[in-house]
Amino acid sequence: MTKVVRIAAGQGFWGDWLEAPYRQVTGGPIDYLMMDYLAEVTMSIMQKQKSRDPSLGYATDFIPLMQRILPVLAQRKIKVTANAGGVNPSACAAAVAAAARGLGLQGKLKIGIVTGDNLLDRLDGLLARGHALTNLDTGRPLRDVRDRVLSANAYLGAWPIVDALRQGADIVITGRVTDTGLTLAPLIQSFDWRPDAWDRMAAGTVAGHIIECGAQASGGNRLLDWQRVPDLANVGYPIVEAHADGSFEIVKHPGTGGRIDVPGVTEQLVYEMGDPAAYITPDCVADFTTIQLRQVRKDRVRVSGVRGKPATDKLKVSIAYSYGYKAVGTLVYSWPDALAKAEAADRLLRQRLKDLKLSFEAIHTEFVGVDATHGPLARKARQADDIPEVQLRIGVRARDQDPVDRFTREIAPLILNGPPSVTGFAGGRPKPEEIVAYWPALIDKQVVKPMVEMLAV
Amino acid sequence: MKKQLLAIAHARSGDKGDTANVGLIAKRPKDYPLLVKHVTAARVARHFKGMITGKVERFELPNLHALNFLLHGALDGGGTISLKTDAQGKVFSTALLRMEIEVSR
Repeated sequence: MTKVVRIAAGQGFWGDWLEAPYRQVTGGPIDYLMMDYLAEVTMSIMQKQKSRDPSLGYATDFIPLMQRILPVLAQRKIKVTANAGGVNPSACAAAVAAAARGLGLQGKLKIGIVTGDNLLDRLDGLLARGHALTNLDTGRPLRDVRDRVLSANAYLGAWPIVDALRQGADIVITGRVTDTGLTLAPLIQSFDWRPDAWDRMAAGTVAGHIIECGAQASGGNRLLDWQRVPDLANVGYPIVEAHADGSFEIVKHPGTGGRIDVPGVTEQLVYEMGDPAAYITPDCVADFTTIQLRQVRKDRVRVSGVRGKPATDKLKVSIAYSYGYKAVGTLVYSWPDALAKAEAADRLLRQRLKDLKLSFEAIHTEFVGVDATHGPLARKARQADDIPEVQLRIGVRARDQDPVDRFTREIAPLILNGPPSVTGFAGGRPKPEEIVAYWPALIDKQVVKPMVEMLAV
Repeated sequence: MKKQLLAIAHARSGDKGDTANVGLIAKRPKDYPLLVKHVTAARVARHFKGMITGKVERFELPNLHALNFLLHGALDGGGTISLKTDAQGKVFSTALLRMEIEVSR
């Protein structure tokens, strides 16, 4: 008997389409629903929320979403893996349990809670014991910004989720677990893969990478022949149909829009890629140069041949720290000479900031409609003399808030005391924003202790 | 004969901190060697002159008929620090497709 396990992507980030999970659990047979919530700086936002209210600190959208699909999950025996727990997986699980009880599902669901990723309270001890948590990009030691750290979380892999599933969890809620681990774990559990089956670990990791951004693998944000992708309004999110040997197929539910083909899956494979021969996760090192793709039939791509190498003895740590302040203001200038007017306004504004002796780490100007995304490569647009309008977008950044505050008061005056034909200021004065920056580091695996708790509904 | 990459390739880009990655994919497998030959790390660095502050790295994925480029220092600090509209490097993909290469008939 050849067993097939179906893992469906329900959310590609916190804020993704709310209809997707419901459609995934009702649109056809699936075994697992995988939902990825955590971007690099999400944890720090959650940490802030938790410090104000100890019952918060997780992806709150997850609760009404689960409330809507829980009856279907229970009826169809679909399990869920989600890193919606953020910095407070226990509170998230308690809220889901309460929702389940409200639906009369007492005694019918078990929730697994994965923690141990949060290193914030352990940070000083770790530094004292010689873990420098050096910034992977800049080489600076964490000591330099220690007093400004807001959150610190190790990326856990698939194995604590596997533990929870083995203990009978129907829903596994985690903190900072890798996006790919949410897909790999159900495969390990279903096929009883061993930890050192590196090719299998790599295959499951590749499967996770393909579906972790939701519809980006099934027709969304797809560049090649984008006008011919059918019915994106009704886009079907991707589903992995996996086999015990590590091969799998990417599909979507029948009757849904979008497209699953080799070029589309390839676009997703190269998304956010570093060295393709060494895609490092806590579970393995996957080699993306071994992936073979084949169109089996319409909307079905087979993925095989994936090779992996042993996992490293490190875990990545995502640290968020308070960096400074920024603000971005915009004004729109219209024909004739739209670009020349916007450029004049930019010069004038910069002169005023200089005369005010304001000190910024950076001042950044873009002419939206001309060069905002492609910079000097978009020369032809710059040469056009009949541009109907240009948005002047100017931003500043500083370590202190004061110069940024002052900057926000220098935009509106330009409407009356700068170049003509200006509009588009209905939004009012720009708001200074605190910058919470991201500090990537590595830590020895052995000092991080993942924990699994079970909560019966 | 000059050919714009847009005609023979497609691409997707994303971010890792202050680094943008661009995956460049040949539309037809037979054009992949053209990409390997002409779209070198040095050529891409010249293309993005003034837009990035660090070096360019290139990796080959012959199995996917694709090249992966890492553009270091492309995002004004990246993520939340950046003042750019494209703080996450989402459209460096199409910026690379503007490049023209010289191909023989």
